[in-house]
Amino acid sequence: MATITTPDNVPHPVGDSVPRVDAREKVIGSALFADDLQFGPGLLYARIKRSPHPHALIKRIDASKARTLPGVKAVVTGEAFPGYIGLYLQDRHIFCRDRVRYVGDPVAGVAANSEEIAEKALELIAVEYEPLPGVFDPEYGASPQAPLLHPDLGKYVVANFIFPEPGSNISNHFRIRKGDVEAAWPDCDVIIERSYRIPHVQHVPIEPHVAVAKVDEQGRVTLWGSSQSPFAQRNLIAKSLGLSQSDVQVIAPYVGGGFGCKAGVSVEALAVAIAMNVKGRPVKLRLTREEEFYTAFVRQGLVSHFKMGCNKEGRLLAMEVKFYWDGGAYTEYGVNITRASGYSSSGPYEVPNVKTDSYCVYTNHPVGGPMRGFGMPEMHSGLEQCIDELAYAIEMDPVQFRKINCVKKGSTLVTGMVMHPTGLSECLVKAAEAIGWGRKDPPSAPNKRRGKGIALMWKAPAMPPNAGSSAKVALNEDATLTVSVGGQEIGQGSFTIAAQMAAGALGVPWDWVRVATPINTDYSPYEWQTVASRLTWSMGNAIVAAARDARKQILDMVAKAWSENPDDLDIIDGKVISYKSEESISLKDIVIYGISLPDNQGWVGGPVMGRGNFMPTYVTGLDPQTGQGPRAVVHYTTGAQAVEIEVDMDTGKVEVIRGVAAFDVGKAINPDMVKAQMEGGFVQGLSTALFEDLKLKAGVLQNSSFVDYRIATSTDAPQSIEAIIVEVPQEDGPWGARGIGEHAMVPTIPAVANAIYDAIGIRPGAPPYTSEKIYLAMQDAGLVD
Amino acid sequence: MSFHRIGITINGEYEQVDIPSNLTLLQMLRDKLSLTGTKNGCNAGECGACTVLLNGEPVNSCMVLAVECQGADIVTVEGLAKDGVLDPVQQAIIDHGGVQCGFCTPGILISSRALLDRNPEPTEDEIREALVGNLCRCTGYIRIVDAVKDAAARQPWSG
Repeated sequence: MATITTPDNVPHPVGDSVPRVDAREKVIGSALFADDLQFGPGLLYARIKRSPHPHALIKRIDASKARTLPGVKAVVTGEAFPGYIGLYLQDRHIFCRDRVRYVGDPVAGVAANSEEIAEKALELIAVEYEPLPGVFDPEYGASPQAPLLHPDLGKYVVANFIFPEPGSNISNHFRIRKGDVEAAWPDCDVIIERSYRIPHVQHVPIEPHVAVAKVDEQGRVTLWGSSQSPFAQRNLIAKSLGLSQSDVQVIAPYVGGGFGCKAGVSVEALAVAIAMNVKGRPVKLRLTREEEFYTAFVRQGLVSHFKMGCNKEGRLLAMEVKFYWDGGAYTEYGVNITRASGYSSSGPYEVPNVKTDSYCVYTNHPVGGPMRGFGMPEMHSGLEQCIDELAYAIEMDPVQFRKINCVKKGSTLVTGMVMHPTGLSECLVKAAEAIGWGRKDPPSAPNKRRGKGIALMWKAPAMPPNAGSSAKVALNEDATLTVSVGGQEIGQGSFTIAAQMAAGALGVPWDWVRVATPINTDYSPYEWQTVASRLTWSMGNAIVAAARDARKQILDMVAKAWSENPDDLDIIDGKVISYKSEESISLKDIVIYGISLPDNQGWVGGPVMGRGNFMPTYVTGLDPQTGQGPRAVVHYTTGAQAVEIEVDMDTGKVEVIRGVAAFDVGKAINPDMVKAQMEGGFVQGLSTALFEDLKLKAGVLQNSSFVDYRIATSTDAPQSIEAIIVEVPQEDGPWGARGIGEHAMVPTIPAVANAIYDAIGIRPGAPPYTSEKIYLAMQDAGLVD
Repeated sequence: MSFHRIGITINGEYEQVDIPSNLTLLQMLRDKLSLTGTKNGCNAGECGACTVLLNGEPVNSCMVLAVECQGADIVTVEGLAKDGVLDPVQQAIIDHGGVQCGFCTPGILISSRALLDRNPEPTEDEIREALVGNLCRCTGYIRIVDAVKDAAARQPWSG
């Protein structure tokens, strides 16, 4: 008998850096994105009439002239859509009805035979406004003096873990009261107080938002779009329009970059509302790059105040934190960013006494949304500079100070939750080692100063406690697997790890797996959303469950046919083998047609299809007054970044020469793709550290193009980024895995800021650290003339 | 608005296309010829996602009027692979993990091909300079730069 195939002589697809399953179609230009779908000559083009005012009452809308323009098929205003929409707090209409709250707020929509005609029709819509005073600062917005932007706040439908304060502009107030900070201050040898104003930034995926909607004669909606949230969009649009979820079908092909801005509902509801007025015709709404800058969800601005103290032995004793989040005109995700930053407000440190007030504040700025990191980059920007300052204040090495205080297994966290096993200390040590911590290298030129900086981070998936995933694994005639999921491929590699995990759990090579695309809510299994770096963990668990279900069906069938015990059987490399009888049979012979029993006694089996789901069941509520509870979150991913930079004394230019990123991912399902996330996140973080700032002047965006809003280019990327994988397994993760997508950009801003201090002795405060800002700071400090 | 019939070679095949005078090369490729591999990222010549080769030179196709292309030779991302064999830059960018969402990838590949055609052995600085007009928000560029370096070494005429 031939040598039996065993688990030991077949490579396991999990943990192997297999190439991306979507790479080939993406390099030959055949991968389809939403704007590539063809709808034929019946397609109509939509454009949106937007508010030019940051805050105003709508007195009158006259669309009669626009309606008579040849080629115009529909003009829609808020009159027809009284319903509210919103993810956690239903605070907006699809089109404004009586009031506009930001420059860009949709007032009317047009569908026409061409974009040009639709554009002309917008000019014919006359809107009369009565301008109102605006709110452009979150701290002022939270004060009693500020004009009230949402007088109906008390009437809005809201999730039970969000706490708006009606009669104010505060859409959520999250509190932490742990220990007693007032009693702890006298024990501190050093106390520092610092404030930071972190600017709004934009996601700028290279693919702009696009949605195509069609409504049939029965009112059934089909929506094609670039979407991180097909199922959430189905749910929210159905609820807002009074439809059944089963009458809304969302079809979502590859996403050309999301970073959060394609989560939740934005342009999709507008397209659907317009399409309801031209039944049977598909209507395409595509944002221009300019609209992408000022009407798509922005990363919220943040005003943060920290007071923190430690003793001279280097122990953090108390932290008092205030966050004023600039939530913008409405709050799709902002209220939950406020919550997430509150329950993580100590940073990745064990601090016995913490008092936090995190406010989400309505302003007349663009709508705050989720962006890669979900509040954590903004929060850590200031916090990790304070930590550095405390270390210097007690004359302790900043790495040593972090070693003492960073969270470890068993630490009592800011919410009272006990920390699970984590590799944060290992990440810190490895990052410090890789950057050559403590070694001062000479600058590359006499007019430059060199420095190193380090920062830690943590982040939990911020989501409802019961966000669920599901998956389906169907075997085909040739024993290939079709894996269906509702989680999206947005560039992070979710389809590739889906293939690896399904293959690994079933026992076939990874390249036997096809992941069904596009996501279609009529056919794909439910997934809450592709956000929160939760897919590898949550969707992964569902895929493993589905593959195990299929595996069990196969083993039961073969056991019955062979009169063996399923426990003696295994599936390896696409074959069922028996350790007992040493029989084997190829999956392709049995997974559709079953197995015939001896002596023509009939058949067993049938087409094999496994199903699986996953939903965390253990997250508890937090006390609204203290933010304390046994389990605030599912888990935290932790990590560290270190950078080496040079500051040009003649220009103030900061150049990041090399970077190190070390994160505890639990288990790297695909190590090379994990490293790719760490590198890409690092450069996005670097871009926000050095360049990015949405310049809003009384609510009007001043830099809505790639020329005026600069993002990192190929010449800005560092010479090298060393990505270090740390693996302390997640108890309930597939093979121990937890997420990494967002975390990769969380600590970059403070790591750069701390390096600037190391280089020139100046704490640069809030980003971006532009040449101008650094040069002026050096002038102030007397370093340059 | 006037209409024109132009003759143009796209990925080695001669086509006659009827177009209005205000149509851009990008719109013609995507909307008239269904060559949707070339992407529209900004429509303002700022992001590089729509880069194609026009008579061998990389151009932002959103900034070129289709009528200007009478008699021209155009290569898009769909024309890089020959008989199912990937261009060395396509293969290298896969091998180096330089693709994530894939939306900037067509423009990056075209700019890289143009670079290698005019400079078969570019330095790292020359590669970064050649790609400075192609924005990528996912990868952080380093793997792309490594891929182009590697592709240069893999050119059929490379030693």
